[in-house]
Amino acid sequence: MASVGTSSRRKEGPEKLTGEARYIDDYPLEGALHGVTLRSKVARGTLREIRFDPSFDWSSVVVATASDIPGDNSVLLIEKDQPLLASRDLNHREEPILILGHADRAKAYEALEHIEVVCDEEKPVLTMEEALANGDVFKRFEIVKGDLEAGFREADVVVEGEYRVPHQEQAYIETNGVAAWEEEDGTLVIMGSMQCPYYVHKAMLGLFPRAPEKIRVIQTTTGGGFGGKEEYPNLIAGHAAVLALKAKRPVKIVYDRAEDMRATTKRHPARIRHRTGVKKDGTLVAQDIDVLMDGGAYVTLSPVVLSRGVLHATGTYECPNVRVVGRVIKTNTPPNGAFRGFGAPQTLFAAEMQVEKIAARLGLDALAVRRKNLFREGSVTATGQVLKESVGARDVLDRAVALSRYLPRRKECERWNRRKAAPSWRGVGLAAVFHGAGFTGSGEAYLKSRAAVSLLPNGDIEVEAASTEIGQGTTSILASIAADALEVPYDWIRVSTPDTAKVPNSGPTVASRTCMIVGGLLKRSADELRRALEREGVEWPPTPSALKRAARRLCLDGRPFGFVQEYEPPSDIRWDDATYRGDAYCVYGYAAMVVEVEIDKLTYEVTVKDVVTAQDVGKAVNPLFVEGQIVGGTAQGLGYALLENVIFDQGAMANANFTNYVIPTTLDTPEVRVEIVEKPYSLGPFGAKGVGELPMDVPAPAVAAAIHQATGLFLTELPLLPERISKAIHDRAHRQS
Amino acid sequence: MRGDASSMTLLRPRSVEEALLLYAASPRAIPLAGGTDFMVAWNAGEANGRTILALSRLSPWKRITETKTGIRIGALVTHREIQVHPGIRRRLPLLAEACATIGGSQIQARGTLGGNIANASPAGDTFPPLAVYEARVRLRSVGASRTLPLLEVFAGVKKTALAEGELIDSIEIDFPRLPARQSFRKVGTRAASAISKTVAAGLLFLSSDGRIREVRFALGSMAPTVRRLSSAEALLAGKKPTSRLVAEAVDLLEHDVSPIDDLRSTRAYRLEVSRNLLRAFLSTG
Amino acid sequence: MIELTVNRKKRRYFGPPFKRLLDVLREDFKLTGTKEGCGEGECGACTVLLDGEPVNSCLVPVMQAEGSRVETVESLQASSRLSPLQQSFLEEGGAQCGICTPGMLMTAVAHVRGGGPADRQSVRTALAGNLCRCTGYQHIVTAVVETAKREKKRRARAR
Repeated sequence: MASVGTSSRRKEGPEKLTGEARYIDDYPLEGALHGVTLRSKVARGTLREIRFDPSFDWSSVVVATASDIPGDNSVLLIEKDQPLLASRDLNHREEPILILGHADRAKAYEALEHIEVVCDEEKPVLTMEEALANGDVFKRFEIVKGDLEAGFREADVVVEGEYRVPHQEQAYIETNGVAAWEEEDGTLVIMGSMQCPYYVHKAMLGLFPRAPEKIRVIQTTTGGGFGGKEEYPNLIAGHAAVLALKAKRPVKIVYDRAEDMRATTKRHPARIRHRTGVKKDGTLVAQDIDVLMDGGAYVTLSPVVLSRGVLHATGTYECPNVRVVGRVIKTNTPPNGAFRGFGAPQTLFAAEMQVEKIAARLGLDALAVRRKNLFREGSVTATGQVLKESVGARDVLDRAVALSRYLPRRKECERWNRRKAAPSWRGVGLAAVFHGAGFTGSGEAYLKSRAAVSLLPNGDIEVEAASTEIGQGTTSILASIAADALEVPYDWIRVSTPDTAKVPNSGPTVASRTCMIVGGLLKRSADELRRALEREGVEWPPTPSALKRAARRLCLDGRPFGFVQEYEPPSDIRWDDATYRGDAYCVYGYAAMVVEVEIDKLTYEVTVKDVVTAQDVGKAVNPLFVEGQIVGGTAQGLGYALLENVIFDQGAMANANFTNYVIPTTLDTPEVRVEIVEKPYSLGPFGAKGVGELPMDVPAPAVAAAIHQATGLFLTELPLLPERISKAIHDRAHRQS
Repeated sequence: MRGDASSMTLLRPRSVEEALLLYAASPRAIPLAGGTDFMVAWNAGEANGRTILALSRLSPWKRITETKTGIRIGALVTHREIQVHPGIRRRLPLLAEACATIGGSQIQARGTLGGNIANASPAGDTFPPLAVYEARVRLRSVGASRTLPLLEVFAGVKKTALAEGELIDSIEIDFPRLPARQSFRKVGTRAASAISKTVAAGLLFLSSDGRIREVRFALGSMAPTVRRLSSAEALLAGKKPTSRLVAEAVDLLEHDVSPIDDLRSTRAYRLEVSRNLLRAFLSTG
Repeated sequence: MIELTVNRKKRRYFGPPFKRLLDVLREDFKLTGTKEGCGEGECGACTVLLDGEPVNSCLVPVMQAEGSRVETVESLQASSRLSPLQQSFLEEGGAQCGICTPGMLMTAVAHVRGGGPADRQSVRTALAGNLCRCTGYQHIVTAVVETAKREKKRRARAR
């Protein structure tokens, strides 16, 4: 029975349900020290001296500082600007200065209290505007299409808007944690909660130079990532390793919630400005967009976040004349990083709200404006890419509008809102988004990902890839793809632990690429394996004993038999990094969402009453998992829209706990009606594109649009807190009086 | 997790008398009831090395005693036990409602009324109901006891008027007459398991001629301690609740509270919402 | 020395009496199924049943559990078979990354055992003290509702 397209049981489901699955803090690690991190209390300054309280008993404590790093004191991602441990310059609060270890976790934390850091403080740069004025720009992109000024001359109306989105904390329920030790043969082993074992491997090579096979990185069962464990593990792994090498003992570092929230990466805050020229009928003729993002104190992945942000900044709309300028700047705050959507939720919020604004200005329904301009097959994007296939933009819009009864319900809300005695305001809002699957332009070609489906000596079939299971269903869907490619049952497929000693580098588990790119490699590898086995006389479909016999013949020296496939970009993809023109992504996913809100007139609390969404994923390899990603991403998007407010005080997060950083509970998330739309991608395994991030892009603008209908307020800053709604209503009343 | 269990000194009395004696001898010991407040601070490493006076074995303080005229709730009764108690649900429904909004079910199962009062958070959800029900708090120390009105127990943010060596024994409430109107409303940071931005309780008693005999309205999270809106209450007593009078009463709200901007909300929002809640309460009917 | 019953077995604990029940379960009794997510009593990942009631074990010093019955996620399955609730989670997609799952299961099992209402809203209310960041709760609610319905039917038949 085919597996792809059915809701196969989660491969690692049973052990997660019984409590047998082991996350990093579940491993006892004999003789390990608990590592804790001493962090800067100043946002900017120069380290002068570290003083250890002489009255404290340091005999059981091991300390590692920058001077204990044998290689380069930098955490390699794109640039080498971020030190593993600060040695002189302090660039943000919470910047790590030293790691100390003790056999008892509480005593390790106590020791931290007995260290004084003496530094010269300098005035930090804490706002984007200030950084811009100083010229502290990490990266700039510019996308140009057509003739902007000519476009504006054609316009009947010009609409301007400015939109702001804040930091967002990933809030995975398992905090960051890593263990490190050196084996007797000199292999440095890193084990922990992570999305990208090979990123960690590369970073460790720079810090602790040795032969590549002398570093082994193993992903443990990971309790959520959402991008927050894409690059950050490089840093915490380096910390555990430097202490482990110094102490000559294993070291485990597991953050508590407050430290994780204060010190680790967050979604980039952004200010996005739109100036749009439109015809009276809603046709777009000119889009002039400025994207400004706050990268925090070090480059980390900011250029890539900015890249995806600018590549989605126009929204899902065709416009003949476009200019997008994007800049990411440096502030003295903890570096920001990957979070599901990776720049797109920010710029798509702005793009969709701009459509809402245009519609209001023209006296048209926002649906009509979208239908006028929405991508279809053959549309040309801002980078000049022709959308050749798998363009579900109009399909998802039509389905969401139909299923939600968008137009009649908008009218019902209008009638409700005219009743002065009604206890609430009601509104229905719509948003439509797109999301590039896989890495940008040349990114996938640069990664050269590799993966294999192999026959093991015992006759089992195993998927070998570095792609990590972080809840989204990687293990199961890769097994499904391999199973169907080989025409064998799903249960016959094993998936190797992402262990750099055992699996090839299939690239990071990010960017909605796992199913499409890695799944694609596995399908090719499975096809080659099948051909080789058939050549060996195995009749297809095979029996278990036939596979065992073949394994005995082919698995030489007890090694797996298989064909590692390396990524080849599609032959018709052209991308120019210098001009930022061409095919930005090989294919896009599309989503539309209709949200109904009810706003209490006494308290301005917003209740999301109903959510309907249609999302085009190419092919749902596991429909239950796709639905799970969509509902889960919707909840995170609703949190971004309404609840999640990272409050900064002097350059660090002030509400670093679950009490005051509020994520949705069961009673904050409505039932979500999901329709999966499949517009197959010819180069995706079984037609699949990606689904991980797409759901994150659409809730916030849909909610803001619903609030717009409910109250007449056009709110341009997230989160849409009751306090802001109340203030906006009063400001409006004041202006009108 | 920064708590150091091996650093703690633990006193575990088996009777109320023993607890009071131990507490008198170690007045800096921290009395521990359900732990839902204290353990958060302990987990953050803020109470290492301290002495704990564990109260969980004191069964006389775990009882709810109902008479014809009122109820006595032992200090160690949990919020869960309060919200399911038939007598409380019938005669003191605002208290039952409040207990059902504190945290999730896990917190309600452990948090105690006495512990909550002793913790004296400005945001305590049960405090506005207790304030309008005019609860009294019975305090005991070695060889002595006294009873204070609830509002006199709170002295400031996380501060009480308990003397050295004094523990909360129980909370007494006389059943009120049947009110014409009663309301509890918590405005939290989200739909469930939330800290309140403002929390309100109100009781309205009417005379046979339609005048307000008495109104009691209390707000939490609007000042260092829970507050009764005495100015508005005094204005409304004995009068007919016209819309003009209601507006005047609402204007007086500000006199009895002092809300602030903090991590959860703003002064302006808190004031506006509290006014709206009071206005709605007085205008219904 | 503190005696308590854990998963129907009498256990003895000899360490500091103020150690958290969560840590005693994980470190002393090697029952690592129960997780720590926040240390504040907000996320519910540490939920266990204490005398049948869901509590946050990160807020309970073990001495407060003396003489009590503690049940953890490890008690749910019968040898190698998943319990009906666990099976329902597996079929309905109730676990994604799995870190909230043990705590979620314990709160859910108390609701089902207690004969709690099987409608979606009541189940959501019962689970409001358990945070999940992956699923958006919908599949979890379905799993618990289905299990509660089946349990009610079973009890009705048994009567």
